[in-house]
Amino acid sequence: MTTAAYSVQTENSAASIGARPAGIFRDLSSIAGRALRAVPRDVTSVVPPVFIALFFFVVNIATLKKVTSGIPHFNYTSFEIATAILLGVTGVSRAPALVLDIQSKYFDRLLLTPVRRTAILVGHMVADVSVAAVLTVPILVLGFILGVRFHGGPLGVLGFIVLSSLWSLAFAGFGYAIALKTGNPAAVNSTFLLFFPFLFLTSSYVPRSQLSGWLSTVAKFNPVTYLLGGLRSLEVGGGAVWVPLGQALLAVVIVALISMTLCFAALRGRVKRS
Amino acid sequence: MIEEEMTDNCEASFQTQRRSNEASGHDAIVTHDLERHFGDVRAVNGVNIQIPKGEIYGFLGPNGAGKSTIVHMLCTLLAPTGGRATVAGFDVESNPGKVRLRIGVALQEAALDPKQTGVELLSLQGRLYGLRRREIQRRVSELAEMIDLGDFLGRLIGTYSGGMKRRLDLAAALIHNPEIVFLDEPTTGLDPVSRLQVWSEVRRLNQELGITIFLTTQYLEEADELAHRVGIIDEGRIVAEGTPTDLKKAVGSDLILVRVEGDTAEAVAVLANVPGVQNVEAHAGELVITTSTGSATISPVAVALAGTSVVVRELTLRTPTLDDVFLELTGTHIERSESLEESS
Repeated sequence: MTTAAYSVQTENSAASIGARPAGIFRDLSSIAGRALRAVPRDVTSVVPPVFIALFFFVVNIATLKKVTSGIPHFNYTSFEIATAILLGVTGVSRAPALVLDIQSKYFDRLLLTPVRRTAILVGHMVADVSVAAVLTVPILVLGFILGVRFHGGPLGVLGFIVLSSLWSLAFAGFGYAIALKTGNPAAVNSTFLLFFPFLFLTSSYVPRSQLSGWLSTVAKFNPVTYLLGGLRSLEVGGGAVWVPLGQALLAVVIVALISMTLCFAALRGRVKRS
Repeated sequence: MIEEEMTDNCEASFQTQRRSNEASGHDAIVTHDLERHFGDVRAVNGVNIQIPKGEIYGFLGPNGAGKSTIVHMLCTLLAPTGGRATVAGFDVESNPGKVRLRIGVALQEAALDPKQTGVELLSLQGRLYGLRRREIQRRVSELAEMIDLGDFLGRLIGTYSGGMKRRLDLAAALIHNPEIVFLDEPTTGLDPVSRLQVWSEVRRLNQELGITIFLTTQYLEEADELAHRVGIIDEGRIVAEGTPTDLKKAVGSDLILVRVEGDTAEAVAVLANVPGVQNVEAHAGELVITTSTGSATISPVAVALAGTSVVVRELTLRTPTLDDVFLELTGTHIERSESLEESS
């Protein structure tokens, strides 16, 4: 594609300033930058998830620590922090903001520019991953205060944050799919219908070995079970990490494949000109 | 594929485009039998327009006439279902990316993000159009002066009034110095002062910067004031096109309008024989009398009507407006057809 600039000469402009294709990285950074700037102006999108995560972290420890004290070599606080992190980052996305863009026609303004259509979506996702990574920090800090230790060291902490953020992105894909397909804020909020089975029909509160009956069976097929396993293995560290970590990554990839297929199909439908 | 719109076309397409450019003589906008159907509804039905560079083209018609649909097609938001259109020499269907680089658009509703400041929104627009940081700073500074928002430019757009949003929307459309600007009903919903400011800016853009402007409007006065040429659209078709003066001349130099009650057929027959009357039409309780000598003919008309069974409620002499052109061509007023649509 040509990089020549096109413009009309203005009397006020000494030199010609005109449009040119911006390039994929500039498109992405522009869209992501805008999405990130909006976060502190829309704190209601990030404060409640962190509050809920911190609240349940503390309450669950108080409720279940004694109950699980009989399990050998088991520290409930360390066990529970993975659940707290997922409660904090699952469902955090700019999908509701994208719906507002569609409703306010700002989305059309973006489509009128030469920006790559995929960059509109991926730019928001880049922002989401960044926000999710930041949201893990206060939960981790509380965990450290309550005695959680990462035997895998700083790399283990980093892996923990990265894996949690990737999961956040994989789950966010469902929100974007609904946002782009419907353009309806209420419909986007319905992603909580996925949130509950993912986060609660699994080993969120007790080890998988303690689950029984149908819940144990469901947990076996719930990708979050393996994600939690991978996150918890990063706390333990050592050579035993790789298998659960691989399973966790595979679980995230499978969910991401489904959600991204849906949301990119929805994007194609939204920007289709026919 | 989504990205295919942004990629260059093959050589064959380029040759087709080149021939198209030659054929259009580098006109800013050309359409050939442009059509857009939504199911069974023909929103745009064989529209042919040719707009040379540097012209303000007014597109006049009631709500639902097809104005916005045409703008959406020319701006690459919507694909035609028939015919073709070139903007700045590029086909809107096969080369939308190149069209987007050359046009600026202010849609019917100010399409802004309330959570950004004016400066942030303009800067983002500049980045998406590939402007460098210094270029963006310069253009934001120039446009800030133009739209005269003062300190508000640094505040969140959600705090702006409707008029301020319109002006910012216009600035966003101009950040990259486009060749062609589409203004889709730019003054709808504005107060009279803001409307005059927009008019003044549209004139300046055209006169000082040479920007071609495609302006849709439902306000007759707006088209009359701003447009070099006007296209009148009704039910997806162009029903008349020309300079506002020529279009009005076609109706007649003076109009006598009479609101009456009673048998209009009888009144029409009587008035047709009054000296100086060129034409008489009855439209829903209103007699429209065309004459070239309005001041001399109005008295004989009043006398003639007194001899009929109709009751005269109002009698007015004035020069024709674009609404009279619309009435002549479609049998209804623009304002009336709007209110009918709204009530339905």
